Amino acid sequence: MEDILSAINTAITLILTWNPDVIEISARTIEITFTSVLISTIIALPLGTLINFSSFKGKKTLISLIQTLYSLPTVIVGLVCYMFLSRTGPLGFLGFLFTPNGMIFGQTILVIPIMTGMTIAALQGINPIISDTIRSLGANRLQFLTSHIREARFAIMAAVVIGFSRAISEVGAAIMIGGNIKGHTRVLTTAISLQTSMGNFTLSLALGIILLGIALIINLMMGYLQQR
Amino acid sequence: MMKRAVLGTILLVAALLLCSAAVVSAEKIKDLNATKHAEDRLLIGTTTSLDATGALDILAEKFAQENNVKVEWVAVGTGQALGYGQNGDVDVVMVHDRAAENKFLDSGYGLDRRVFGSNYFLIAGPESDPAKIAGKSATEAFKAIADAAKTDSKVVFVSRGDGSGTHAREKLLWKGAGLDYAEVNKSSWYIDAAAGMGQTLNMANEKDAYVLSDSATWNTMAGNLTLKPEITDGSDLLNVYAVMRINPEKFPDVGINVEAGKKWENFLISDATQKWFADFGTEKYGKPLFVPAKGDAAALNVTEAEISSPVA
Repeated sequence: MEDILSAINTAITLILTWNPDVIEISARTIEITFTSVLISTIIALPLGTLINFSSFKGKKTLISLIQTLYSLPTVIVGLVCYMFLSRTGPLGFLGFLFTPNGMIFGQTILVIPIMTGMTIAALQGINPIISDTIRSLGANRLQFLTSHIREARFAIMAAVVIGFSRAISEVGAAIMIGGNIKGHTRVLTTAISLQTSMGNFTLSLALGIILLGIALIINLMMGYLQQR
Repeated sequence: MMKRAVLGTILLVAALLLCSAAVVSAEKIKDLNATKHAEDRLLIGTTTSLDATGALDILAEKFAQENNVKVEWVAVGTGQALGYGQNGDVDVVMVHDRAAENKFLDSGYGLDRRVFGSNYFLIAGPESDPAKIAGKSATEAFKAIADAAKTDSKVVFVSRGDGSGTHAREKLLWKGAGLDYAEVNKSSWYIDAAAGMGQTLNMANEKDAYVLSDSATWNTMAGNLTLKPEITDGSDLLNVYAVMRINPEKFPDVGINVEAGKKWENFLISDATQKWFADFGTEKYGKPLFVPAKGDAAALNVTEAEISSPVA
């Protein structure tokens, strides 16, 4: 209990004194997470929409498969990405290993299934009566799509929020692909992992509190966007 | 149906295009240049203790100033560091496991092994020392721990269990004590932490257990531990740190930074750096964390060339 109090104390001190290391790591965390969530959104929302409104053989199986990938362990993503991005691996020419770009790459792969799956679920959740109404009002294909997306926007927003949560909190891929290089690829989760392995539990906990603080602010902003 | 497929394809292509555009913008040319294994960046795979003590921070800064080369490192166990070396993912490795190093050199991945420093592993344990190891050699102590653990449930050993250099040494010590590691590993008194040094020390501390630690990490953490160092030297605890550069001929296409790698090796064995090692840590921990290798070849069981001969 004392540890937790002193961790909260440390977290507040680190922020109030604007500790340069912590600020730098936090900024990098936000930058990498935002980029990967942005890319994932751009891929997953159309992909989910496409899958939902298409009918093809094996659609149910595909959706089950996507949902299975929700459970993809982050370390496995990290390991597989490492193998691909290794200088001698098939994607080694990108020069992504041990760089923020590599981390974005890994997080994007991690987040796409969950965002795609939740987009499908969001669109499936629309009352069929609404669908019929939209169609009977003579909507063309584009209007049909956009009105469905508008109808499901809160659930789709939730998909983005969950994708964001998975990206900002994961450590397996970040540490395998990024390498936790100081001043280059160190983010909050990998810093927490490092400090824990060095036995600095209070600092680890403090960094965890800061991570949650960032997540809170971003969720509040998302909530504000939803209300508008 | 046809129309839908076309629409789908267009959507997918658009998504992919947008995605690649976003990747490129995120890359921010600067970063791209900095990470393309360029000649102005040296990437090291290192054992954790060199990072955790802060030694690399200082050395990297000095080196960067002198040579205008940015130094970055991935701090992992010796096993993983050598793994990175075998994939050509780093330019240089800094490790402490002689057997693994020899294998790495023999298989042609490593070149120009140089030894730049040493210290001792240490065996720490509960103050009550239930296995009565104080005053023994490390090998005898391991035998005593295994024997005492059979009858005394208070005798517990926590292992790194992570393929690190420290873990490799621990296995050597069990072997030296005449025990089969596979058997030891299965014993109820043996806890395989599969964790870094700090975490392992914390676990040993919680369990009031015996543990093998590198002395650098021990010194940085000792203030928070109730465990006591029981055995702190002896030839079987000697911990030798070596640096090797990665053979570029094994990886002709990936741009191993050969020049900077050579310079880094020479920087580590240079008089100035060796002198710095003799003092590093004194201010903070009351004693130096590493012993410079210079002039210590016989004690370290390495050739004079491995200590002082510059890499050409």
